Amino acid sequence: MPKKIKRIYLDYAATTPVDPRVLNAMEPYFSEKFGNTMSLHSFGQEAKTALEESREIVADLMGAKPREVIFTSSATESNNLALKGVAFANRKKGNHIIISSIEHSCIMESTKWLEGQGFEITRLKVDKYGLVDPEDVKKAIKKETILVSIIHASNEIGTIEPIEEIGKICKERGVYFHTDAAQTFGKTPINVNKMNIDLMTVSAHKMYGPKGVGALFVREGVKIEPILHGGGHEMGLRSSTVNVAGIIGFAEACKIAKKEMEKEAKRLTKLRDKLIKGVLEKIPGSHLNGHPTKRLPNNANFWFEGVEGESIVIQLDLLGIAASTGSACSSEKLEPSHVLLAIGLRPEQAHGSLRLSLGRWTKERDINYVLKVLPKVIERLRKFSPIK
Amino acid sequence: MPIYSKTIIEHFKKPRNAGKIKNASGIGEAGNILCGDVMKIYLKIEKNKKGEEIIKDIKFETLGCIVAIANTSLLTTMVKGKTIKEALKIKKEDLIKELGQPLPPFKIHCSVLALDALKEAIYDYYQRKKIKIPEDLEKEHQRIVKTKEEIEKKYKEFRDLEREVLE
Repeated sequence: MPKKIKRIYLDYAATTPVDPRVLNAMEPYFSEKFGNTMSLHSFGQEAKTALEESREIVADLMGAKPREVIFTSSATESNNLALKGVAFANRKKGNHIIISSIEHSCIMESTKWLEGQGFEITRLKVDKYGLVDPEDVKKAIKKETILVSIIHASNEIGTIEPIEEIGKICKERGVYFHTDAAQTFGKTPINVNKMNIDLMTVSAHKMYGPKGVGALFVREGVKIEPILHGGGHEMGLRSSTVNVAGIIGFAEACKIAKKEMEKEAKRLTKLRDKLIKGVLEKIPGSHLNGHPTKRLPNNANFWFEGVEGESIVIQLDLLGIAASTGSACSSEKLEPSHVLLAIGLRPEQAHGSLRLSLGRWTKERDINYVLKVLPKVIERLRKFSPIK
Repeated sequence: MPIYSKTIIEHFKKPRNAGKIKNASGIGEAGNILCGDVMKIYLKIEKNKKGEEIIKDIKFETLGCIVAIANTSLLTTMVKGKTIKEALKIKKEDLIKELGQPLPPFKIHCSVLALDALKEAIYDYYQRKKIKIPEDLEKEHQRIVKTKEEIEKKYKEFRDLEREVLE
């Protein structure tokens, strides 16, 4: 009998399991309290009340007003709505949008599409840690600028951007500021007022809520057009029958985050730093991607000389560890991650990248196991690599 | 691992004929580090009683994904002990079939690269021995060299861009 292997999930940045408390809160909203929020009868009103209570809870974690929260189906939808919605609503004012070169692909692709619609896009460079310089934002804003969109923290390399400063600049110049906070919401404290945010994307499944639920914070008074037209749900900004069970789950996840976030961030930061220190010490030719301190509490990202990322991921999976890579071998384009290239990695370096992202069920013994196994994996793969 | 066949996993876990050959009769390389795959094949060629050239020994080194590693490993087992002529008859379809499961379209080039490295090693052997190179092999060699050049060009463009960005 082969020894049963442990299974360790270290890909929380990709998605998280639904917390049992969240699942429990959602359960009645499938078959029992199943009403449509637009119905006038008691079934509908029960659902509507649950929706509005959830809106208050999600808004509270943002420091926003409930009516400023628009529920969507995903972070991708929220980002699309923010960019396209603001672009088309403010066309008369200008056609210029500023983003960073390390945004999530849904921002990269939406802006590419907007370029085809006559909008002008500036993609700001980042430094070797992935940081956007607020001065660059200031310089890039011109009279036609209608929106600046900078990711709060990189989903790949974990670098946390100086969004408060960037938001301040946008405020002074009268330009809307959007941030994609899918990786930070529920993990680090956010206050949309203190951080000068006009629009913010968040997602439930990155914070132990269900998949298929996201939200967009839209500050009162921001001019924005809907993408989905129909029955006028979500203040007319997002028509579609409301996913009440999912939203209940999102709200429950927010409640838990509010209570546990601070302590959890400290715990994860300690584990993260142990992991980073251990890998860099134990594995020759290993390098950290992203900023050493200005980074998500749960993100560690490396590149290794002379190995390819997908083979590392598969080898780790065979040993029970789930991780991810920015290598091109795992993508159909055969091009490595644009984020790793943007921080100055050469393609062959980006091919050797590995992301380990920690979460609520990561224990110190898991990190110890990775530190025991990963050096052997890299050594083994290097053994039959022609590039030393 | 539902996406990869047992054969692929087996070859990845225990690559056959991994390593180098000292004083090899021919060495071939294919792929490019820019794309994340580099494969190198070492051959030891000897003649049998009939005077045919036999692949007496073969070793490989691969930097690349699991499919790339499995392909090169598998190929070495398929050609070891065979004549050069037999080895040159192997097509990417044969490799893919042996791997036991349809590959995703973007992984097919891993099989192509493994064969390219073998062809380049045989080409190298012919050149060293000053043996006339068969027309088909010459064509393949030209194609492989051209692909390499194209990647180098793309790489150079990237380097230029990098320089431009940094300066």
